[in-house]
Amino acid sequence: MNDPSPLPRSSYPRIAPLYRFQWEAAQNAYVLLFPEGMVQLNVAAGEILRRCDGKRSADQIIADLRIAFESDAIDADVEAFLRSATNDGWVEWRDGVAP
Amino acid sequence: MNAVIKPAPMPLWMVAELTYRCPLHCAFCSNPVDFAKVESELSTEEWFRVFAEARALGAVQLGLTGGEPLSRPDLELLVAEAHRLGFYTNLITSGVGLNETRMRALKDAGLDHVQLSFQDSTRELNDFLSSTRTFDLKRRVATLIKGHGFPMVMNCVIHRLNIDHVDRIIDLALEIGAEYLELANTQFYGWADLNRAQLLPTREQLERSEAVVAGYRQRIGKQLRILYVISDLYETRPKRCMNGWGTTFMVIAPDGLVMPCHAARMLPGIDLPSARDASLQQIWRDSPAFNRFRGDQWMPEPCRSCPEKTKDLGGCRCQAFLLTGDIGATDPVCDKSALHGRVLQIVNGPRPVAANIERPLVFRTPENSRQLIADTADTAQP
Repeated sequence: MNDPSPLPRSSYPRIAPLYRFQWEAAQNAYVLLFPEGMVQLNVAAGEILRRCDGKRSADQIIADLRIAFESDAIDADVEAFLRSATNDGWVEWRDGVAP
Repeated sequence: MNAVIKPAPMPLWMVAELTYRCPLHCAFCSNPVDFAKVESELSTEEWFRVFAEARALGAVQLGLTGGEPLSRPDLELLVAEAHRLGFYTNLITSGVGLNETRMRALKDAGLDHVQLSFQDSTRELNDFLSSTRTFDLKRRVATLIKGHGFPMVMNCVIHRLNIDHVDRIIDLALEIGAEYLELANTQFYGWADLNRAQLLPTREQLERSEAVVAGYRQRIGKQLRILYVISDLYETRPKRCMNGWGTTFMVIAPDGLVMPCHAARMLPGIDLPSARDASLQQIWRDSPAFNRFRGDQWMPEPCRSCPEKTKDLGGCRCQAFLLTGDIGATDPVCDKSALHGRVLQIVNGPRPVAANIERPLVFRTPENSRQLIADTADTAQP
C-alpha cells in the first residue's frame, strides 16, 4: 500500500508474521519484536496495534479507539499511523477476517 | 535540578553462548582463543534459572548461540522454556546438525527466528574458511528454515578473502529467501585478531564493496534488508561498545560467566561474575564488572571533555585493550586519540600479498586453542 492511496478502511489489518507484538511489564509498554530487534511503542501506537488482530476492520478499530480515547478527532492520526506501520512492514492487510 | 529520573539500564538483549563446541573452525570466530579451558557447561536447569532471572530484569531478546547451539541436545527444551517466559528467541547457527526432525521440534518449542551463517557464496571459500565441507549442507538447511516459515537472517562475516564476492553473497541471500542479510565485517577480537593481517580488507576493497551494497539496496528494495557493518578500524569515531557497557547487553558464557560483551573474558583486571554464584540481578546491578565502564566517570581525556562522549561512550573496551594495552584508554579508532596512529599503521601498513600463503590462518579448533593456552602459560613463566 503506497502512501497517497486511501486506507482500505473496510479491510482487516494484522501484525505481519515477521513481527511479534507483546506487552512488556519491565518497560511498561507494548513492543514489536523481530529478528534481533525491538521497537518500543508509545501508548497510542500500542493501543492501535493491539487491535490489529485480523478480526477487526480498520473502520471497527477506529470506532473502538474513538471510545477508548474519548475523542472523535482521531481518524487522521490512526490512518497516518497505520499507513506508516504498513510501509514499515509491521502490518499487513486482508480483505476478510483472517483464518 | 532535573526532575526526570534516568531509568535504570535493562539487559534487553541476552546472548546465551550455550556451548563452545562447534563443528566449524572459522578463522574469524569471536569466541575466546582459550575456549578449550572451559569444560563445565551450564546444565539445562541452570539455563532455565538464568533465563527466568534475565526475563525478570526485562530481557526480551534471547540469542542462542555458541559455538554451535545445536551441539546441545537440550536445545529444544531451552527454546521451549525461553518461549514460555516470553522471550523472542533467535537461533544463531551454522546449520550443522539441523535436520527436519530438530527443525520441527524447534518450531513446536516456539522458536521465533533463525540466523544462518555462510562463510562465502562459493563452496570452495565457504569450506576453506570454516575448515569444513558445509556449503551444500547450509543450502539445504536454508530451504528447511524457509519451509517451516521462519524469518531468516543470513549472516556472512566479511573480510579480505571474501569481500570481493559481496555481490554474489547478496545474490545467494536473495536466492535462499532470507529477509535480512548481515554483512558483518570482521571485528578483530579472539581468533580474528590472531588472523588480522590476512583478514583485514584493504581500503579499496572496502570502498568497492560499499558501492556494490548501495547499488543492490537501490535495486532490490524491501525484499531483502541488508545490514552492512564496516570494520571499526576504518572509522574515525568509535562505536558504542555493545550500545554502552552494561546498558543493554548481557552475554552468558557456556560456563556461566556473565559478560558485558562477547570478548570481555580477555580483559585483564575485570573479575567476571558467574551466574552459578550470584543472581543475574545482583550481577547486573551491583557487580564491579558491570559497573566498571558505566557512565563517564571512568573516562580519560580526550573523552572526558569531549562533546561526543555521550554518543560513542568512549568506544570499545576490548579494542582499546588490544591496541593500547589499557582497558580504560580512549578507543584508538577515534582520531582524537593520541594513539590513533596505531590504527592507521594497521590499515595502511604492509600486508601479506597472497593472504593465505605467507602465514597460514589459525583455525578455531580445540587443538589450536590448547596450544595457545600452553604458549601463554610458557610466556607467563618467570
